[in-house]
Amino acid sequence: MGHHIDSLIQQEMKQEMAASPSFFRKKKKAAAVIELKERSPLKRASQRAVLFFGLLLGAISMAAPFLWMVSTSLSEPAQIFAENRPWWREWLPTTFVWQNYVKVWDVVPFARFYLNSIFVSLCITFGQVATSAMAAYAFARLRFPGRDKLFFGYLATMMIPGAVTMIPVFILLRHFGWIDTYKALILPGIFTAYGTFMLRQFFLTLPKDLEDAAKIDGCSYRRIFWHIILPLSKPALATLTTFTFMGSWMNLMWPLIVVNTHTKYTLPVGLAYFQGVHGTDWTLLMAASMMMILPILIVFLFNQRFFVEGIKLTGIKG
Amino acid sequence: MLDKMRDKTKEVIAAYVFLAPNLLGFLLFTSIPVLASLGLSFVKWDLLSDGPQFTGLKNFIDLVRDPFFLKYCWNTLYLMLSIPISMAGSLLLAIALNQKLKGTVIFRTVYFLPTICSGVAIFMLWRLIYNPNFGLLNTMIAEFGDALRLKLAGPNWLTDEAWAKPAFIIMSVWQSIGGYNMILYLAALQGVPRDLYDAAEVDGANSWQKFWAVTWPQISPTTFFIATMSLIGGFQAGFDQAYIMTGGGPNGSTTTIIYYIFNNAFEWYRMGYAAAISWVLFLIIFIVTVVKWKFFGKNVHYA
Repeated sequence: MGHHIDSLIQQEMKQEMAASPSFFRKKKKAAAVIELKERSPLKRASQRAVLFFGLLLGAISMAAPFLWMVSTSLSEPAQIFAENRPWWREWLPTTFVWQNYVKVWDVVPFARFYLNSIFVSLCITFGQVATSAMAAYAFARLRFPGRDKLFFGYLATMMIPGAVTMIPVFILLRHFGWIDTYKALILPGIFTAYGTFMLRQFFLTLPKDLEDAAKIDGCSYRRIFWHIILPLSKPALATLTTFTFMGSWMNLMWPLIVVNTHTKYTLPVGLAYFQGVHGTDWTLLMAASMMMILPILIVFLFNQRFFVEGIKLTGIKG
Repeated sequence: MLDKMRDKTKEVIAAYVFLAPNLLGFLLFTSIPVLASLGLSFVKWDLLSDGPQFTGLKNFIDLVRDPFFLKYCWNTLYLMLSIPISMAGSLLLAIALNQKLKGTVIFRTVYFLPTICSGVAIFMLWRLIYNPNFGLLNTMIAEFGDALRLKLAGPNWLTDEAWAKPAFIIMSVWQSIGGYNMILYLAALQGVPRDLYDAAEVDGANSWQKFWAVTWPQISPTTFFIATMSLIGGFQAGFDQAYIMTGGGPNGSTTTIIYYIFNNAFEWYRMGYAAAISWVLFLIIFIVTVVKWKFFGKNVHYA
């Protein structure tokens, strides 16, 4: 909920970033590198080699835990406890136990957790992007009394930690009798000031001429929004979509608070529950963890450049 | 004239229609709860008894005297040590990746992986890595010892009070060093005007001098931005990892402020007290942000 607390003071910076016209096109600007000395080619080459191996070493230590995770998830349970095995046995199972990945689905209602996570994340993402875009359009382009005061109200709440609203929202949902329902999982996640703020900043950077022309032709606001604003804002919408989806896919605390029956668990809570009952079945736990990460990993690997541009655009911290 | 009035009314109506869904949700799940939370912080309520009892400032007075709260504040600050470490690492990485070496894209992808895969699954992985008997880390320490013919044994990372926080810091650095901050630094480095370096070179500056005279001041807005966001995030951090890996232990040494709020509200049903803590948390964040802005904001160089 309140992950995206943003500092108002940095507003300027964001506008600057969003205003960059070369957004999404490769920057041709000569990169301002801290050049390695260019005196002798030999020295330069050796410096580059050292740098390369440094980076390689770093990359190996970044990737090692993941590789070990894959290896563990494919091992015999007994193998990971084995003493005095050769070091490479850490990384390569004696026999590949693909069965671990199948077993997870039987030991806990993993399929149910998975479906819940997909459903909840999709609803939150769609709801947030749709309502934020509409509100952002009103704030960015339409004149109405109280607009600036209202927008300031949105901004002001962005400084407030999610922990502040968490407790009253829980009490409110309890009052409605919504505890342990999908409504409780989804609805509070949809409405954030953050999404509205970010999209408004982006809409402000769009050229106005098209809209003016459409208005003269008697186009309704609905059509302007749908046919002009949204198509022009695909990058910003995609960014908000991705980060919202990832945020709700990973969210542990909120489902933990509002849901108590297994059939409503999302993956993070389900995994925590799995750990609680099968805490020492490490091979199964790692297989389950792998399956939780996989969708995010795939999305990332296929949209990497877009992730990078999205971060630059918004400067969000996940 | 009348037409214009009608257009204006139309615009206002349209605006409220566009705004309505978000505004309703915003009022229901943000604005009203913020006010309600403030009210809650002055009452005692366990949700079960007849209703909230007004206790005035008692929650806040209790909080100041609560040794656990002070301890958990300290824990939160201690764990925030990972911020400067990973920021320095991110900058170094960004500089290295900005040298146009072969394989930069692959490196960037690999370094970014831990950030993308954060969450429960990764904390579970690290709980296993830190396992004292067959975890990756201690196995490697022991093997390293064997190679040197020494008997090395790693600590009980997560169950030893002295090691649990360092363990969390190591994990956080691994997680964030190649992530958002590095990407922001990389973008900032690429935005430094080329001619500034040329000018510095004409003056005979070496790489080190060029870094401090050109790069560092030029990227200071990014540093300031990252530091601000990390601080705001840092004060609210630490729930997921502690919940999965240590349960807040050993002996409360990994419980952070947010975890204490969670426990008070949803384990012990002390709603009023939890709300009071959340407001103190907000106050801390607010003061730190303002102070930081006042003292360091001036020195930030905006090109």
